[in-house]
Amino acid sequence: MNEFLERYVGITGDDVVRQLHQLSAPLRGRRLVHINSTRSGGGVAEILDKLVPFQRALGIDASWEVLTGDDEFFECTKHVHNALQGVPVDVPRSLLSHYEDVTAANADRLRPLLADADFVFVHDPQTAALITHFPARRGRWIWRCHIDLSQPHRSVWRYLLPFVAKHDASVFSLADFAQVLPHPVYLITPSIDPLSEKNRELTTSEVRREIAGFEIDRDRPVMLQVSRFDRFKDPLGVIRAYRLVKEFIPAVQLVLAGGGASDDPEGAAVLDEVRAAAEGDPDLHVLLLPVDAHRSVNALQRAANIVIQKSIKEGFGLTVAEAMWKGKVVIGGNTGGIRLQIASNRTGFLVSTPEGAALRARYLLRHRRRLLGMGRNARQFVRENFLLTRQLREYLTLMISLGRGHTSPIELR
Amino acid sequence: MGTRNGCFVVKDCALIQLATGVRAQNVRELRDRLLVVPADCIDYHFWSGPLRPHFDDPEYVNDFASWARHGLHDDKLAERLACIDPAHTDDLEELRQDLLDVLEHRIDEGEYLTWAKPERQFHFIRPQLVVFDTGRRIESPAELATAIGAMSVGSIYFHLVLARKRPPQRIDDFRSWLAERGREFEGVSSALANVDPCFTTLVGLRDELKRLVDEHLPAPV
Repeated sequence: MNEFLERYVGITGDDVVRQLHQLSAPLRGRRLVHINSTRSGGGVAEILDKLVPFQRALGIDASWEVLTGDDEFFECTKHVHNALQGVPVDVPRSLLSHYEDVTAANADRLRPLLADADFVFVHDPQTAALITHFPARRGRWIWRCHIDLSQPHRSVWRYLLPFVAKHDASVFSLADFAQVLPHPVYLITPSIDPLSEKNRELTTSEVRREIAGFEIDRDRPVMLQVSRFDRFKDPLGVIRAYRLVKEFIPAVQLVLAGGGASDDPEGAAVLDEVRAAAEGDPDLHVLLLPVDAHRSVNALQRAANIVIQKSIKEGFGLTVAEAMWKGKVVIGGNTGGIRLQIASNRTGFLVSTPEGAALRARYLLRHRRRLLGMGRNARQFVRENFLLTRQLREYLTLMISLGRGHTSPIELR
Repeated sequence: MGTRNGCFVVKDCALIQLATGVRAQNVRELRDRLLVVPADCIDYHFWSGPLRPHFDDPEYVNDFASWARHGLHDDKLAERLACIDPAHTDDLEELRQDLLDVLEHRIDEGEYLTWAKPERQFHFIRPQLVVFDTGRRIESPAELATAIGAMSVGSIYFHLVLARKRPPQRIDDFRSWLAERGREFEGVSSALANVDPCFTTLVGLRDELKRLVDEHLPAPV
């Protein structure tokens, strides 16, 4: 076992890493390429940042490529992204043409790598059209959809479907998110990396030092939401919940911390709205963090008493697992993958309104022992279910099983 | 069970789930879909629960019962569905008929037809299981507790849960193997026979198995 894998043994146990090593045996030396649209910012980039080195450590020839595009391209893909999550927005034909042109240019640039790969994972709608430029591809192409596609805006989905359908398989995070497609549709929930800068253990002094500049009073309760400034994350709803809590617990503070992603031009508008709502309240801290402020996020999550993720629409919501891994109780929106991560009243609370979030926050701030107990449950639940090692195991299983029809079980010799 | 030269062959497995796109929102729809879904969907919804995320003990032991309770809020149906033991047969069509009997009976009772919320629909899922040899061998019962403690949860699932549906014995692999080793291990076998794999996590099961073997294995002479 090499040094990279050894580091995970201390977190997950020897049995988990040994299993990955054995399962990956048939895939050693195979060429695997992941492609997405951004190297930093957002959950997909964070997963790939660790998944690819892990796959390499297991002997798979894995690499990660990023689409290059201009502002117009990312404006288009943001519209497509929103439309696929149900926002009724039509994307102008001119933008879609530009999307196709940029895709074609990327296909030319990546052709030598992609044409010969054994497996190509294309992540999210931004990369879905690449496949049309590889009619003579050698390997298997898998479309990995990280978003909730359960109720897409139909005109945009109708545009994207022919591209998606060309793939050999798709992967969705939950059955609720999936569409019926003419190829196998796998279900794999995402995960967090316990050794990343965002999730590794920090000492008390590291936490103190890291958040010293944010003017947060550690002697008073802190509610925290970490997420992009995105309407689906409902930051204004979180502010409303905080104000309801503050009526009963005047000492409470709220931190809304988030960064932008290079493929998210809408974030600035939402941030302006949040800042306007927060104006004049010294206990409400709006932090726009650089995309690489992983240690700051880590420290903020550890410093918080309660973590909120009050999304109204969510792909998976990795910030929930991140906070739970740090032993924090999360009050999460009852939507998408958050439902899978929070066992309500045992590892956190699921809520549907700002009022619900406020009620649970008041309860938890009143019952500190319960807060600690639920936090311990939360960490154990993440250890068993939402660490990178579990997701990697499922990717390996997918690659082994792809193309073998519906034979189950598959016995490896 | 795999044995080689009298050794216990430690196997492991990994599960991946496939969506079918087939859903149900009430008991009639569940019945109708159940008539046509591939048989391995039924296998999945009875057997794969331990390999999926769940916090401590599931209230019901198969997905159909759990959905009846939490999706439809139909306690009568949930309790009846939970009583179907998938280990009694290796014929998935027989299991399908068992389910249909319970659903038909409930429909015939003619009570108010309850609907699940759209986000609480029942999704039929297909399993894909990959089984592989870990290369590890247990040569004597004295090694069993340590070996169990070092097993992955996939190995626990394979040897304890899945073994229950393998004919002809339909018991876990540990007891099968111990039975071949002689009567002196009947005590530990009896203890293992009382392990109900349905109401805890695989990590919890591993701990429980290890403890029972430690406690009940006869001391070496």
